[in-house]
Amino acid sequence: MAKSHANQHDYHLVDPSPWPIIGGISAFITALGLIIWMQSMDGGEGLFGLHGPYVFVVGMIFIAGTMFVWWRDVINEAEIQGQHKPVVQLHLRYGMILFIASEVMFFVVWFWGFFDAALYSNEAVQVARTEFTGGQWPPKGVETFDPWDIPLVNTLILLTSGTTVTWAHHALLHDDRRGLIVGLVLTIILGIMFTALQVYEYVHATFSFSESIYGATFFMATGFHGAHVIIGTIFLIVTLFRALAGHFNSKQHFGFEAAAWYWHFVDVVWLFLFSCIYVWAAGTPAAH
Amino acid sequence: MAGKSATADHHDHPTGLKRYLFSTNHKDIGTLYLIFALIGGIIGGLLSIGMRMELQHPGMQIFSDPHMFNVFTTAHGLIMVFFMIMPSLFGGFGNWIVPLQIGAPDMAFPRLNNISFWLLPPAFTLLLMSLFVPGPPGGDGVGGGWTVYAPLSTSGSPGPAMDFAILSLHLAGASSILSAINFITTIFNMRAPGMTLHKMPLFVWSILVTAFLLLLALPVLAGAITMLLTDRNFGTTFFDAAGGGDPLLFQHLFWFFGHPEVYIIILPAFGLISHVISTFSNKPIFGYLGMAYAMAAIGAVGFVVWAHHMYTAGISLNTQAYFVAATMVIAVPTGVKIFSWIATMWGGSIVFKTPMLWAFGFIFLFTLGGVTGVVLANAGVDRAMHDTYYVVAHFHYVLSLGATFGLFAGWYYWFPKITGYMYSEFVGKLHFWVSFIGVNLVFFPQHFLGLAGMPRRYADYPDAFAGWNYVSSVGSYISGFGVLIFLFGVFLAFQRKEKAAGNPWGEGATTLEWTLSSPPPFHQYEQLPRIK
Repeated sequence: MAKSHANQHDYHLVDPSPWPIIGGISAFITALGLIIWMQSMDGGEGLFGLHGPYVFVVGMIFIAGTMFVWWRDVINEAEIQGQHKPVVQLHLRYGMILFIASEVMFFVVWFWGFFDAALYSNEAVQVARTEFTGGQWPPKGVETFDPWDIPLVNTLILLTSGTTVTWAHHALLHDDRRGLIVGLVLTIILGIMFTALQVYEYVHATFSFSESIYGATFFMATGFHGAHVIIGTIFLIVTLFRALAGHFNSKQHFGFEAAAWYWHFVDVVWLFLFSCIYVWAAGTPAAH
Repeated sequence: MAGKSATADHHDHPTGLKRYLFSTNHKDIGTLYLIFALIGGIIGGLLSIGMRMELQHPGMQIFSDPHMFNVFTTAHGLIMVFFMIMPSLFGGFGNWIVPLQIGAPDMAFPRLNNISFWLLPPAFTLLLMSLFVPGPPGGDGVGGGWTVYAPLSTSGSPGPAMDFAILSLHLAGASSILSAINFITTIFNMRAPGMTLHKMPLFVWSILVTAFLLLLALPVLAGAITMLLTDRNFGTTFFDAAGGGDPLLFQHLFWFFGHPEVYIIILPAFGLISHVISTFSNKPIFGYLGMAYAMAAIGAVGFVVWAHHMYTAGISLNTQAYFVAATMVIAVPTGVKIFSWIATMWGGSIVFKTPMLWAFGFIFLFTLGGVTGVVLANAGVDRAMHDTYYVVAHFHYVLSLGATFGLFAGWYYWFPKITGYMYSEFVGKLHFWVSFIGVNLVFFPQHFLGLAGMPRRYADYPDAFAGWNYVSSVGSYISGFGVLIFLFGVFLAFQRKEKAAGNPWGEGATTLEWTLSSPPPFHQYEQLPRIK
């Protein structure tokens, strides 16, 4: 055990770790790759004679690798070393809640952009904008999705997934390993179904991402949500593997709870997207 | 697991490069932050001297291209905010002092703490790279000011320089969000037994409020600059009216972050000044609870005043009226703080050690900047003042002089604790007086220039402004000389190696860090202190 001497407290004094600095360097490579890539997009030359996408992908691989080994260490410290005393678990809870709070503020930006455009599409002083939108929202010429079609199905899928993850949680609390695994598998399947339907919807969109504020607000808001769904699904898959490996018990399973909290957060963001962007701002649905 | 003794040894005494590069120790990470901020401050300071050299006389002096002057201005602003003040006050002193003052052995997430630091050098590198790659047509670097308003930052600056700056801010923002999570968790959960929130030192209060501001404001900046990125490179039209977008949206989002950001800069200084004043007046702080909640109030109200930066941008009259009123409200908790500092000194046995001089300077300069802030809060008055040197003078009095004087007060106050050595009182006081005279010479005349109508962000000006600009430039050289005295003082302290006692300040210093040795052991409080 690492804690061998006279510590009279339960805090976890973490051993030195190479992952943070490697993570920082990876972030630098990724950012640089992204910049070079963006420079070469419209047939322009890249920078420094480098091929942007390659640099970017190398950076992303390093970030993913850093995350893997870092969280592997965290799991080992919890499962093998027993460093996660109740006070440390409390830290992790606070950390996750605060992280989700910062994510909420990130989504505020996309809703702000959306409402700025949707509520003030007909503001007299904004001459150029009014000309573009035709004084209405959705802007003239934009055919939106029928909210009661795929978006409604997606809403039901996410709400159902919220119940299956709760099922898994209750099974865990009752030491029912099989229920935990089945609940998680169902949640993951529902998450993948949601993503698949979003991809289907994106492919069939009649409005484009560029050149229109409608496409910009729609795709960036739902796109960042979709990215979070994918992250949440990966989080649940990791949790599933840990459940299969015999991690978690009815008393200590913060990794599971964090995944569930994150999933519920993603779910709630979708409800706001659905009610605001799809239903409230629905225009003429495209024929399909 | 590895052998018991081997693990324990390596846990206790990491040495050499590994100790710092792989650190999970709040004091070592705090030291890294302070060194980083020192480098950032020197680069940012040199840029400002370049600006004053240009403005010393009418006509073009050192720059052949006025765009380069704007690049210096922009880089100076971004560097001083993100790579000097925040890493020193929040990252450096926050890391060093918060666990010591609350009686905790370390931060809640020591490894996360390290990546919060190690995201900053990449961010800084990206920003410095932006200076050397194409920005607007025919020029290098980002010249749009630290506010990077669209459309100057979108269609106005097609080169990669702006993308470098945006990604730099993304990394710096991620760093700050992670450290904010870490500080909030640490402060809520790791206070020593008996230390209730209402017994917590004011510096810890200030870091707690600052951390909440960072946590809630920086994601908004991240979103806003992501919109910039997609507008620039992927054809979205968030800020392009021709595609139904709104350039004003960027200003709203930026200042929704930007206004809390100015409190992020100043609040840690508020916190540490309280300790300095109390210590060297030999009295407990006056109105402790009011001081704590004044900071919380400043933080909360700071979120709903952002559009006072946008009075002339075309927002409606009603909106302006609201933001005038809300902004004025902030003067109330700020007044509570200033009068409580004065009341703390009242009747105290004041000792003018170097930190106390800096704290005095802080109160004077910050109050002056606060008063011009009340002037500028009026939308009607601001119509004339907006984007003049009056605004430059105002925010440098509160930030450059307020926050930096707070920073140096903290530096001299905690230098013995952090390094274990005493600094030279003479050099410290010389540093103070040279800086105090220098910065006032730089910025006080800028009020006159602004009132006379000199706009900011121009490399040249009419002859009528020559006199005060000359004074201002001379002041900047004096301030620069002050920085050299500061660096000499640091060198001298390490060279003399005069050992500091655990508590070099006497009875007035009552917080927990003074109960430890100077410097504290690698892991302090193996047995948690108990607070009565």
